[in-house]
Amino acid sequence: MRERPDRDGVAGRGPLPPLIAFGRDLRARGLIVGTGRILTFVRAVAALGLADRDSLYWAGRTTMIGRRDDLETFDEAFEEWYRSLRPIDELGVALNLPTAEPGSDEAVFGPEPDDLEVQVGQAAAEWHGADEDEEPEPGEESSIRIVASGAEVLRTKSFGDLTDEERERIAALIRSLRLRVPLERTRRTRRAPKGDRFDLRRTLRRSLRTQGEPFDRAWRARSARRRPLVLILDISGSMAPYSRALMQFAYAAMAAGRRVETFVFGTRLTRVTRTLRTKDPDRALHEIGRQVEDWEGGTRIGESLKTLLDGWSQRAAMRGAVVVFCSDGLERGDPELLRGQMARLRRLAHRVIWVNPLKGSPRYEPLARGMAAALPSVDVFLSGHNLESLEHLAGTLGG
Amino acid sequence: MSGFPFGSVDELERALGEHRYLADRGLATAIYLSISLGKPLLLEGEAGVGKTEVAKTLSELLGRELIRLQCYEGIDASQALYEWNYSRQLIAVRAMDAADAATHVEDLFGEDFLVERPLLAAIRAGDRAVLLVDELDRADDEFEAFLLEILSEFAVTVPEIGRVAAETPPAVVVTSNRTRELHDALKRRCLYHWIDHPQLDREVAIVRARAPHVSESLARDVAEAVARLRELDLAKLPGVAETIDWANALAFLGADGLTEELATETLGAVVKDHEDQQLVATRLAEVVGEDA
Repeated sequence: MRERPDRDGVAGRGPLPPLIAFGRDLRARGLIVGTGRILTFVRAVAALGLADRDSLYWAGRTTMIGRRDDLETFDEAFEEWYRSLRPIDELGVALNLPTAEPGSDEAVFGPEPDDLEVQVGQAAAEWHGADEDEEPEPGEESSIRIVASGAEVLRTKSFGDLTDEERERIAALIRSLRLRVPLERTRRTRRAPKGDRFDLRRTLRRSLRTQGEPFDRAWRARSARRRPLVLILDISGSMAPYSRALMQFAYAAMAAGRRVETFVFGTRLTRVTRTLRTKDPDRALHEIGRQVEDWEGGTRIGESLKTLLDGWSQRAAMRGAVVVFCSDGLERGDPELLRGQMARLRRLAHRVIWVNPLKGSPRYEPLARGMAAALPSVDVFLSGHNLESLEHLAGTLGG
Repeated sequence: MSGFPFGSVDELERALGEHRYLADRGLATAIYLSISLGKPLLLEGEAGVGKTEVAKTLSELLGRELIRLQCYEGIDASQALYEWNYSRQLIAVRAMDAADAATHVEDLFGEDFLVERPLLAAIRAGDRAVLLVDELDRADDEFEAFLLEILSEFAVTVPEIGRVAAETPPAVVVTSNRTRELHDALKRRCLYHWIDHPQLDREVAIVRARAPHVSESLARDVAEAVARLRELDLAKLPGVAETIDWANALAFLGADGLTEELATETLGAVVKDHEDQQLVATRLAEVVGEDA
């Protein structure tokens, strides 16, 4: 490493603290920024050799985040951080960071444990601990009791009629449901004793044992994987008695594979997949409650679905997915919009299952305009008002 | 890395421009950093904003070979890294005398029978190449993990031949259309840049650079119309590629500006979804800017 001229004289502070502090800011805003990213950021600032606003912004944006959804958070954090800097002085120093020269091989074969890495690591370690030591939620997890005798009664009791204690017990039961998502065939092939494709590679290997005579032929077959599962849950006011139970169901669904996405909507759509991946279900639900602004408000099913299809049909792997739509179909928006969007969903997805808690009532007929508009595009129409019906749902995914 | 002749982002931006790629400051910075720091550049953005073009231009600019790995569902190591030429091997085996076979088996797994795929080619070419891993989101998780390994080491062990390593890694551009989210591990290894639709003036300049026979006035009309299209509620937003296509189509018809009639005839060049076309058709005057 080259000798660094000691110009860290600005009030005794080196160039690193403000840059590292930016990483901490981003973390505080919920972005996943590890030491590696911060290190790259510092190197990027040094490589640009300029400390103007543009360079800092782009150096940060290319190194600190990795998804478009984080852009807004990043921009806000940057604004604030940049304003907090004492301009020029501190950043002038940043240019003297020890770094591999642009164009040298060192940088390329990276991570050499240099000065910089050690410094960033240490600084980050100081606040690492602080961040992770969040106070635990008052412990409820041990309260999940084993339900034996009352279980049968509970299974058929509507979610709307539960007492608080029953609600807790049911929640645990729902979470332990196991969903089996159907398989789809992929284009990837695997070795198989019998298959529809000739495995030249292995055949050749075997032929070497028989003087090049390919007696023993080997085969490959296309493999299978779980289809994506997409849950779309209505959390508007009219669904209030059921939405908590459905969220528990969503939590259980997360275990069904890696390709599971959950969205909730009332008047607008919110993706909660990442929150549901948390280990502690109570905490996840608590967090979602904060995230979702329109909990128990009005319903705009068509519009929310449209947002989903416009924005997420590409990313969330809706193509070929099993889609579970939980809503009472009481649409306040235009039912024609809903009809069109449901048709779109039907074209994308492998199977559309609509779960309507109202269907649990024997007198129910799908007369609500929203429900009537959606039904032509629904493959399976189920109730979802009690545990038994959710068990049925878990079993129906496979078709 | 040798042969990176740009001292600053400005210089790089200018040089890209000379190669008819008009990058904004953010993209130019991302490319500059990617090469300076030796990290792969992950580009995401709507279809048709010029992600793939970045790698092509970069290879021209640096005078390096472009090695492209197009990802698709089901791609695996034998299609991306290397494969043996089994048919040739079979023939060779059968041509051997039984007595020879033992001594010649090694020859079967030599260079002559190795089919080099893009990743191996890139490792061997090292910094003489720009590696484009296109549409990585189409490949599956397993392939992504495999690619991560390659990008970390730029070395691979072919059991029969030995270890092949790049002296200096190639420049790497990875693109994704976000049909699914890539894994964080891969993202951490890369620099990230989201390419947005360009600003109006830049889009006009891009059309002019990419389709020089399109007049300035037509280019501006088209870019403005596309900007309005992007504000409509379309399922598939037109990208820069569509803007250029549309301008080309109009220029081919001898147009010097955009009218509602011309737009109707050529709409298919820019709006490529049936329902979108129906929507646009009802609001064409507004899109063309004739309703005022």
